[in-house]
Amino acid sequence: MLDDFLIRAVLAGVGVSFATGPLGAFVLWRRMAYFGDATAHAAILGVALALAVDMPVTVGTLIVALAMAVTVSGLAARGWAVDTTLGVLSHGALALGLVAISFVHGVHTSLEAYLFGDILAVTKGDLVYIWAGAMAVVALLVWRWQALLTATLNADLARADGIDPERERLILTLALALVVAVALKVVGALLIAAMLVIPAAAARAVARGPEQMAALASGIGAAACLLGLGLSLWQNTPAGPSIVAAAAGLFAVLAAFGRLRH
Amino acid sequence: MLLAAENLTVRLGGTEVLSGVSMAVERAEIVTILGPNGSGKSTLLRALLGMVPAASGRVVRAEGLRVGYVPQKLAIDPSLPLSVRRFLSLPHLVDEAAAQAALARVGMEDSGAKPIAGLSGGQLQRVMLARALIKVPGLLVLDEPTQGLDQQGEAGFYRLIEEVRQDTGAAVLMVSHDLHVVMAASDRVICLNHHICCEGTPRVVSAAPEYRALFGLGTQGALALYQHRHDHSHDLVQDHKPEQGFAAEHGLDHEHVGGHDNGHGHSHGHDNGHGHGHGHDHAHDESHRHEAGKDPKAPGPKAHRHAG
Repeated sequence: MLDDFLIRAVLAGVGVSFATGPLGAFVLWRRMAYFGDATAHAAILGVALALAVDMPVTVGTLIVALAMAVTVSGLAARGWAVDTTLGVLSHGALALGLVAISFVHGVHTSLEAYLFGDILAVTKGDLVYIWAGAMAVVALLVWRWQALLTATLNADLARADGIDPERERLILTLALALVVAVALKVVGALLIAAMLVIPAAAARAVARGPEQMAALASGIGAAACLLGLGLSLWQNTPAGPSIVAAAAGLFAVLAAFGRLRH
Repeated sequence: MLLAAENLTVRLGGTEVLSGVSMAVERAEIVTILGPNGSGKSTLLRALLGMVPAASGRVVRAEGLRVGYVPQKLAIDPSLPLSVRRFLSLPHLVDEAAAQAALARVGMEDSGAKPIAGLSGGQLQRVMLARALIKVPGLLVLDEPTQGLDQQGEAGFYRLIEEVRQDTGAAVLMVSHDLHVVMAASDRVICLNHHICCEGTPRVVSAAPEYRALFGLGTQGALALYQHRHDHSHDLVQDHKPEQGFAAEHGLDHEHVGGHDNGHGHSHGHDNGHGHGHGHDHAHDESHRHEAGKDPKAPGPKAHRHAG
């Protein structure tokens, strides 16, 4: 069954959606969307690194995304203007990554795969990475759920209950880097942040509680993957952008439904 | 003593925000820290709760003390769907009975299903108070609890605080920069501007020149209102100068406590504020014995409570 590229693509998309749902909810609640973008863009630099030293792309991506996430998060904590910092680091990392990749022989042609994803080319090995990474993120978020939610509401409220908000932020940072590493193959560096933000935003329109919103976001993400893959097969469109377009469509429908209901 | 600072100094980003602050909260008393913006009030609260480290000095916490904390504000992003009931279960899951009891205590029964984001400022304060009450705290700590409330809401909230204190026996430590309402609602006021300028019962503090200077109030009004206690502000200055630096002075205060504290936790009020209106005080307090004659009856809110 796994020999069918379409089945592998669906499994990859659903696996990623498990992680992007709850994490995307936190990205919205904590207004980290731009932060997600910067981390995802850094993934391109990670690809260049991986190709240069001949290690698995997922590992290179994970390392650089994590370094980026920790840097940004550290600078923000030290009072740097977050907008400026992210603007410089995000686009700087993307540009530097693109330049670096051009030095690596023979990958010019596949650059698009890293920018926009290549879900139809997911291998069994990729699936292992994707599911292991996604389940690690889900486990991390479930384990820290109450503390994360409290720290998201108010840092002092968390501190008063013995929760270290810095630690919780670091956990989200780690989860974000993991998601970037596993989603790169599916939607590509440019659209990872979209897979975090759009399904969660769509879920917000109808969700009544934080847990419901996180679970719905996962479901909407998975549905977007199916719809996007269908569109891609039917109209021969690029798969990654098709998935994000489908997510945006679901957002429009749910937002309209949410408005009507109120 | 539930919670105390001993000669506490706190630096934030190289600036000394608190210097040599010594203060204590006793059982079941309502203490308000008063000071202008940027005077270090919130920092003092945060240092007392261990949220910011002390550069020198220390914080002493009674063993097993449970603290219920109500933050200054709760900026909930509209993207977070959070009901009142779900909020009460953060970070620890709370059973239905306890949640309902806490909501009823603050007059917010039947609001469990409401989204937090849709509450008014006053309702949100009540809900945050309910959440703090769930763990049956010995001390409630509130950071500018009535910010953004109108005067009526403010008065109502302080009435609720008083009720909660009566019911649960919890001490209350609040921070505020509004003067009049909070004064009436407190047993003891600590006037802070990076160090403790003056402290005592609301009546004493409101007459103290340090307090009036701090809040830019002319001396005129004070003299008119408190003329009968003109001499007494001088005593206050003498009294409290040493206290700015030394915790030892507090130790002395505590010795008085056993004598006349009837479990109402007004010990500090008596010592520093000289307990106007409480006949039994004066014998203890040599330097202020003369006040009895000058201020025979001042029936402040405290006097009332004491009788009850």
